[in-house]
Amino acid sequence: MAERKKRVDQPTGTEFVGHEWDGIEELNTPLPRWWLWTLYATIIWAVAYTIAYPAWPLVSRATAGVLGWSSRDQLDRELAADQARKAPILRAVAATPIEALPAHPQLMQAAVEGGRAAFRVNCVQCHGSGAAGSKGYPNLNDDDWLWGGDLKAIHFTVEHGIRSPGHDSTRMSQMPAFGRDGLLQPAEIDDLTAFVRAVSRQQPVTASARRGQALYATNCAACHGGDARGNREFGAPNLADAIWLYGGDEAAVRKSIHDARFGVMPRWGDKLDPVTVKMLAAYVHSLGGGERESVQGPAKR
Amino acid sequence: MNDLSTTPPRSLYARREPVYPQKIDGRFRRLKWLVMAVTLTIYYVTPWLRWDRGPYAPDQAVLLDLAHRRFYFGPAEIWPHEFYYVAGLLIMAGIGLFLLTSVVGRAWCGYACPQTVWTDAFQHIERFVDGDRNAQIRLAKAPWGAGKIARRGLKYALFLTVSLATGGAWIFYFADAPTLAAQFLTGEASTVAYATVGILTATTFVLGGFMREQVCIYMCPWPRIQTAMTDEKSLIVTYKDWRGEPRGKGRRPASLVDLGLGDCIDCNQCVAVCPTGIDIRDGPQVGCITCALCIDACDRVMERIGRPRGLIDYATLEDCRTEAAGGKPKPLIRTLLRPRTLAYFSLWGSVGLVMLLALGNRERIDISAQHQRNPAFVQLADGAVRNGFTIKLRNMQARPREMEVRLQGLPGGVMWTNGGSRDASATSVRTVVPADALAKLPIFVAAPGGGQARQDFAFTVRAADGGESDRVGAVFERSGD
Repeated sequence: MAERKKRVDQPTGTEFVGHEWDGIEELNTPLPRWWLWTLYATIIWAVAYTIAYPAWPLVSRATAGVLGWSSRDQLDRELAADQARKAPILRAVAATPIEALPAHPQLMQAAVEGGRAAFRVNCVQCHGSGAAGSKGYPNLNDDDWLWGGDLKAIHFTVEHGIRSPGHDSTRMSQMPAFGRDGLLQPAEIDDLTAFVRAVSRQQPVTASARRGQALYATNCAACHGGDARGNREFGAPNLADAIWLYGGDEAAVRKSIHDARFGVMPRWGDKLDPVTVKMLAAYVHSLGGGERESVQGPAKR
Repeated sequence: MNDLSTTPPRSLYARREPVYPQKIDGRFRRLKWLVMAVTLTIYYVTPWLRWDRGPYAPDQAVLLDLAHRRFYFGPAEIWPHEFYYVAGLLIMAGIGLFLLTSVVGRAWCGYACPQTVWTDAFQHIERFVDGDRNAQIRLAKAPWGAGKIARRGLKYALFLTVSLATGGAWIFYFADAPTLAAQFLTGEASTVAYATVGILTATTFVLGGFMREQVCIYMCPWPRIQTAMTDEKSLIVTYKDWRGEPRGKGRRPASLVDLGLGDCIDCNQCVAVCPTGIDIRDGPQVGCITCALCIDACDRVMERIGRPRGLIDYATLEDCRTEAAGGKPKPLIRTLLRPRTLAYFSLWGSVGLVMLLALGNRERIDISAQHQRNPAFVQLADGAVRNGFTIKLRNMQARPREMEVRLQGLPGGVMWTNGGSRDASATSVRTVVPADALAKLPIFVAAPGGGQARQDFAFTVRAADGGESDRVGAVFERSGD
């Protein structure tokens, strides 16, 4: 390229670039040499960095770096540190019987938090992300319990399950299918439906409901109680309250009487360690419907 | 025809020309000493000032408590959600800088900028160890011997000491100064403290000891912004070339007109004292930080040769044009008080006033309510419906306060805390909120089942001992069919 002699700027003694942009010209001032040294320093730093840390991709792996640092190792260390941090409190929770946990607020809080985490992994599939359940899967937030809502009862339920197949200690009961098995006539089932809806104050007392009341006394009171308020020994629901696991409308009640219901919950004592089971029970109890310990003890099969 | 062989190749890079500023005394030098003394005193002393806030809060007057997310400035305590006060301070700093620049040009650069102040200090240390300008130049050119090594060693040791003190003072803004000082010296301070001091020592040493004017010319954005903000009415340091040119060496006889020379005797004193090494006679330039030492130097020379002072002086470009044409410059007060400066000042003042008013009228307690979303409502066995809320109570005073949260506008509604039971429910809940803290209060609210699917109501909070209160609206959700 030709090097024409360029104009020199008087005060600084620097050449002009020789080009003008809309009347504005530039001087060709040399750059400070320390910029060059800084650039060299950054290059040296970069090369040293790739030697020290994982950097260069190879065919099936990457260079590991002479310092041996890896983000997976860092994660392992953080998890191990967290496990070590939690270990004493988990041991304390394991050593405390569940009904004694509320007396130790720090342990109770730890158990509830641990239960919250375990719930998200194990229980939300049936009981929902907010434990509010859906048709056939109980809402664990409310104050209605089929098998008992104190800590020991909930703990037993989580550990042994409900009607869990192949296990003797699971909570067990079986409602007869009054319609399907021909135990009652359709008209009788209609009357019983009217009675159940009347006793739960969803409809007024009719003649049908009164006939149903008589039928109730002979067929249902044994499990559901003389006052229709349920029996936790059998997991028989309270028919007089506002909460319905399978629906409180006429069709749902009729179906429940006709075909019966047979809800199943897994036995978690086999799948999870005892501390996790205990923490799950504590968490469920803390959702707002938990009951105080009763003097009778947990319901059995 | 082009002759490539005779044109020497131009270097792309040029090494830094070292600057050896000469000692000078004068009114602007003394002003610089004053500003340096004031700024450094503020910097080093402020963290040690005390302010009593009671037993529950720190007693340092200015404290940026990052760990607990509080800024303490005397009586004011800024919480993270009030960060707009800090933003307001930064806005005032920005407008203040525009104001200063429109009045006295690059006075920030020349007098108050930390880079200038520390470079000035380091240059004085250099003068103390190596001697004045000529001695420094000689020493730089001298070969490495025992004397030079000793001098350099002493100089760098002094530089390092000042740098360490600088970095050390910085950390005291972020923790209680007496406590941190004791911990620092016994090796018990946190890693962050030592790392911060280490980094600031290194940067102060490099920037003040070696980089100096390179920061102003190549690294700092302010020179470019300053030059955009000065206008023809701003005071800048300038050489009055209509008076000084043409230059000529030597003293002048009584009649200048005979010789046809200007006042500038080309003594180069203005270049010798310049801390950034520029020649102001070339005109205002990015390297001139308007520190006015060249004014002091030239004034002294003018005095000795019996000419009036002010060959180099603070002047506005407008005044320069007027004077060069033979007219009289505007009086100073007209330069200082003009529409632009008054507009900046009112803006700066109003931002400050608004901030002060806001600070004075802050609420000391605050309530917010977050509805539990999953599930949004729970049907209870007796037909009632229950909603969960997390109430957050903010106590912004430095003492624990008992507060009462009450339901408002929810007929039949009762509430109880998560740990309690519905048996103990009531229309209000009491709790003690610790000093300077945000308390989370998870509660349940139950109301009769029949009613609107989404019912508006409110939580109110009242301080038991003061009567301050606050209110937050909330929604009660039901199944609603």
